[in-house]
Amino acid sequence: MNPSRGFRVLRGVLLTLFAVYFVLPLLSMLDFSTRGRRGETGRNWDAWRALVENEDLRQAIISSLLLALFTVVLMVVLLVPTMIWVRLRVPRMSRVIEFLCLLPLTIPALVIVVGIAGVYAWVTYFFGSSPLTLTFAYTVLVLPYSYRAVDSALAAIDVTTLAEAARSLGAGWLIVITRIVFPNIVTGVLSAAFISVALVLGEFTFASLLHFDTMPVALTAISKSDAATAIAGALASIIVISALLLGLSFFGGNTRTRNENG
Amino acid sequence: MTTRPDQSAGLAVELTDLTRVYGSMRALDGLTLHLEPGELVALLGPSGCGKTTALRILAGLDHPTSGTVTVGGTDLTRVPANKRDMGMVFQAYSLFPHLTVIDNVAFGLKLRGEDRSTRTRKAAEKLELVGLSEHSTKYAAQLSGGQQQRVALARALAIEPSVLLLDEPLSALDAKVRTQLRDEIRRVQLEVGTTTLFVTHDQEEALAVADQVGVMNKGRLEQLAPPAELYATPASTFVAEFVGLNNKVAATVSGRRAEVFGSRVPVIEGSVDDGPGMALVRPESLLLEAGGTGPNATVTSVNFLGPISRVYVDVDGAESVMAAVPSPIAVRLSPGERVTVGVEQTPLLVIASPGA
Repeated sequence: MNPSRGFRVLRGVLLTLFAVYFVLPLLSMLDFSTRGRRGETGRNWDAWRALVENEDLRQAIISSLLLALFTVVLMVVLLVPTMIWVRLRVPRMSRVIEFLCLLPLTIPALVIVVGIAGVYAWVTYFFGSSPLTLTFAYTVLVLPYSYRAVDSALAAIDVTTLAEAARSLGAGWLIVITRIVFPNIVTGVLSAAFISVALVLGEFTFASLLHFDTMPVALTAISKSDAATAIAGALASIIVISALLLGLSFFGGNTRTRNENG
Repeated sequence: MTTRPDQSAGLAVELTDLTRVYGSMRALDGLTLHLEPGELVALLGPSGCGKTTALRILAGLDHPTSGTVTVGGTDLTRVPANKRDMGMVFQAYSLFPHLTVIDNVAFGLKLRGEDRSTRTRKAAEKLELVGLSEHSTKYAAQLSGGQQQRVALARALAIEPSVLLLDEPLSALDAKVRTQLRDEIRRVQLEVGTTTLFVTHDQEEALAVADQVGVMNKGRLEQLAPPAELYATPASTFVAEFVGLNNKVAATVSGRRAEVFGSRVPVIEGSVDDGPGMALVRPESLLLEAGGTGPNATVTSVNFLGPISRVYVDVDGAESVMAAVPSPIAVRLSPGERVTVGVEQTPLLVIASPGA
């Protein structure tokens, strides 16, 4: 049955409203960042060029991208095998793991930073003062979101039976985890990874209060003297993150289709 | 009747005095079970009787609190599951979702370091054995439940296991597929000759495919016997009541015979000594006649089940019983009709009357 005319009009109006609500600010940002300095006429890309040409800003952007990468790697290496192992071997610990993973969500970032500052004196002592040491704090920060993503992926398959089947066929635990369970939760791990990237690229409180120059911190600093460049940077990170999330839903949809149709 | 399997491929299995305690629960309480090489033994029992625990201990997926597991003379009690060389089919669908059918079947061979061409050939052979060759490039999600379990069987057999373990492989399937697959499992098992332990709560399944059926109760083996023997001469009340349907009829035993419904019928080993008791009478041993010597009775209802019908009758001055009657005869009976009840001369188990 075709939707009625009234419904279609209403739908069109709502979609337009939402599009305006979301797209208008982005367009405004694009407009502002290409308008040029006061007094100049015509459009230019100076603000965008500054993102890579400004040495401090470029370093901060590189730091943030590397941070995202390292956080994802550390999160996957720590969380995924632990969660599979807990599910298979010590299911009674799953509540404890869940509680620990969700803890960062319940404590305000500000409180964590105050607590973690003392620890970071030691982290800096051992690992140097590179912003990349934030990897440790960020891995904790992304745990609640990553945990959810991986947990629902694990819940979607019968991990116990698959593992027992693999073991009866001669697989040791390492093979069970890497060749049987992991390939079946890849979508969940990827979504955990993308959410982590999005979080790390937007994180301000930790970095600022621990005095590390990451992209959000640098953008805030530069916004005081060069608003156009700050806006360009913000827009760029929104575009990158949206692309990641879009890619995620595309990829997730793809694996489902493969499982249904081969 | 089943033919004896080719015993060349099978190994003898010995479960000796297995006990498994979970907290305060004794899942297994001194289970001893012997499987001849190439034999298919079905473990039958109500849920919680320990049959699945026994199978999981044999598989190495669970460990006995005490007792030993021996296969082909080798003690495997402390050997981990992945070193036991046992093929297993699970109740839940267990195909690896990210692998194709053929890769599932070849998985165990890959772990054993077989080269690609060997494992493809062997996997294809096993798929042929279960009749699924044309589905080899599909994924589990594209197969029906019955097909998935057949692939799981092929996968378990591909590693040429010392023992095949079937953990209620048919219970997730619908009735028709269940019967087909049951017969297919037996055919394949006879063909490969692997010693097999089949756990089920469905007595029909157990009686239909097994060389020996073991009835378990409360963590112990009540009786291990060929299906016909188990049915005809149950060793205990539990076995008699669990396998097949029974009528309980008041009887008097004297001189190894029981007086039931006016007939003197031989009693089997394990019956009560002389005196009153309850005879366990199979529905197919009851005879409903128009003018027999037994007590009179009134037909209360008739359930048509195809080749046979269940006829419920109220015996005058006694309990009501259920008789299995060939349907061509049963159609002539209708509720309210008067008949006499007799008992065939097959040996009966007579147990003590409750409260006696």
